[in-house]
Amino acid sequence: MDWRRRTALAALFTTSLLGLAGPSLAAETRTVAVTAIVEHPALDATRDGIKAALKDAGFEEGKNLRFIYESAQGNPSTAAQIARKFVGENPDVIVPISTPSAQAVVGATKDIPVVFTAVTDPVAAKLVTNPEKPGGNVTGVTDLSPIGRHLDLVLEITPKVKTIGTIYNPGEANSLVLIDLLEKEAASRGLAVKKAAAPKSADVLQAAQSLVKSVDAIYVPTDNTVVTALEAIVKIGRQNKLPVYAGDTDSVPRGAIAALGFNYFDVGRQTGRIVTRVLNGEKPGAIPVQGIEITELAVNPGAAEAMGVKIPDAVMARAKTVVK
Amino acid sequence: MSTVALLGAIELGLIYGLVALGVFLSFRVLDFPDLTVDGSFPLGAAVVATAVTSGIDPWLGTLLAMAAGALAGLVTAVLNVRFKILHLLASILTMIALYSINLRIMGRPNIALLTEPTLMTPLERLSLPLYATRPLLLAAVVLVCVLLLIRFLLSEIGLAMRATGANPRMAEAQGIAVGGITCLGMALSNALVALAGALFAQANGFADVTLGTGTIVVGLAAVIIGETVLPGRSVPVAVVGCVVGSLFYRVVVALALEADILGLQASDLNLITAVLVGVALVLPATRAKLMARLAPVR
Repeated sequence: MDWRRRTALAALFTTSLLGLAGPSLAAETRTVAVTAIVEHPALDATRDGIKAALKDAGFEEGKNLRFIYESAQGNPSTAAQIARKFVGENPDVIVPISTPSAQAVVGATKDIPVVFTAVTDPVAAKLVTNPEKPGGNVTGVTDLSPIGRHLDLVLEITPKVKTIGTIYNPGEANSLVLIDLLEKEAASRGLAVKKAAAPKSADVLQAAQSLVKSVDAIYVPTDNTVVTALEAIVKIGRQNKLPVYAGDTDSVPRGAIAALGFNYFDVGRQTGRIVTRVLNGEKPGAIPVQGIEITELAVNPGAAEAMGVKIPDAVMARAKTVVK
Repeated sequence: MSTVALLGAIELGLIYGLVALGVFLSFRVLDFPDLTVDGSFPLGAAVVATAVTSGIDPWLGTLLAMAAGALAGLVTAVLNVRFKILHLLASILTMIALYSINLRIMGRPNIALLTEPTLMTPLERLSLPLYATRPLLLAAVVLVCVLLLIRFLLSEIGLAMRATGANPRMAEAQGIAVGGITCLGMALSNALVALAGALFAQANGFADVTLGTGTIVVGLAAVIIGETVLPGRSVPVAVVGCVVGSLFYRVVVALALEADILGLQASDLNLITAVLVGVALVLPATRAKLMARLAPVR
């Protein structure tokens, strides 16, 4: 018998012993494999958040945690290959960040627990069929804007709003999802929605003008085309005393009254907490898919005054950022 | 490297082997530098994904994908042959147009096939694990393509195509319809690439508009690696070499993914891949040179 065979047998023997000794010994080092489609500030922050949450839960790299991270460097075929490599290593949990990485991983395994994150629409991406009861080996966190809470904020600051106007680019897939959700959430709060399309940033001013007489406030979703031309909407808002709200906090210093935003480090921490639950023995299929939990409120009292609105003290007190 | 990772590398190597066959047809046989493939790969994925989600049989969907790819290749060829646009530019035009067309076909940037019936679905009924059966199915598809391509290139039309690439003036003087042959070759080439895209989408469960990124680079690398690993000028050797080169490239990526053991970072992946491929290409030449120097002078 040569040495290689002997070590292999010894390893086999030890593993079976460990198996007999029960989970207390075998569960010493856990493996979490994380992959993202590309290096990107938001995706990297998500990864760091996952690591931080695992550390808080007592899973520390180098001690009792093996944390593998691979980036596909923007190449979808590499993402597919990373998915297969992870499946081959049989980690305790695989965490794919972003939709294409998640689809590649979910396509590659039916038994290893998968906790996806930074995916906007997990149902359309066919990662899960029912976000409340995912079933199977998959659950995760979506980074879909919490539009219901955005509307609650609008109603808290300006309770008289009955019709809300919104501007979006019909060519942006992400915006279509947001507008759908906006209409649903608005209806459940008794609000009417009036939509104005702006296929190009240059069309935004005209779209905002078209809303002036018929709406009580304008909500700007996280639509790249529209957010680029935010100043045009703010201008219309100031001229017509029409409050302008945004879906992202970066728009607040630029002249929106208020926004509830989130950062990807917190998204990562939230994901990490689900990973911890799975590591502690919960079935991923039994954990509902979560939306954004932690939001940060940003307000701009100056902009509010120019649009004829006073931000209530209760809202001011909650704000993380107050633009002077 | 685990078995699953190795089989995964082989699976992707086989899929991109079809891309390599397509690139071989355009770059090597026709001498037509064709960047259309960055568009026709996601085109194949888009067509099959749209077809399958609207209830069309996956086999038919895959054929439709190939037809769409052939059409894309034809557009590039016509732009070049008929309208005298430089081949490189003609292919770039088709490639960028295909980005919008793919979005149109799918209606959104990403279609998931994870729960749809695909060519891979019947494999789930077998008792073997999917990571083993998928490469087997793909190997069969690639084998059929390789055999058909060899047969085609050795036929009379194939000979005319090779002559067109080698010396278009001479070919024309021999009575070959150079323009028509170029169109045929480009259509075939992009049909193969679209087939690869269609298989990729079905094996991985999604079609995405960004799927084409770097396809030409991978295909070209596979063709050239194949020529180095399997030197020889005969048609069968060259065609088989493409697939071998593609498999080799994927195994190298798999090795590069293991490089974190050496203290390298995830972000070093592309660099490691490039270095490994570079070394593999340089080694045989350097060894030959060394042997020549060491050989006794006569």
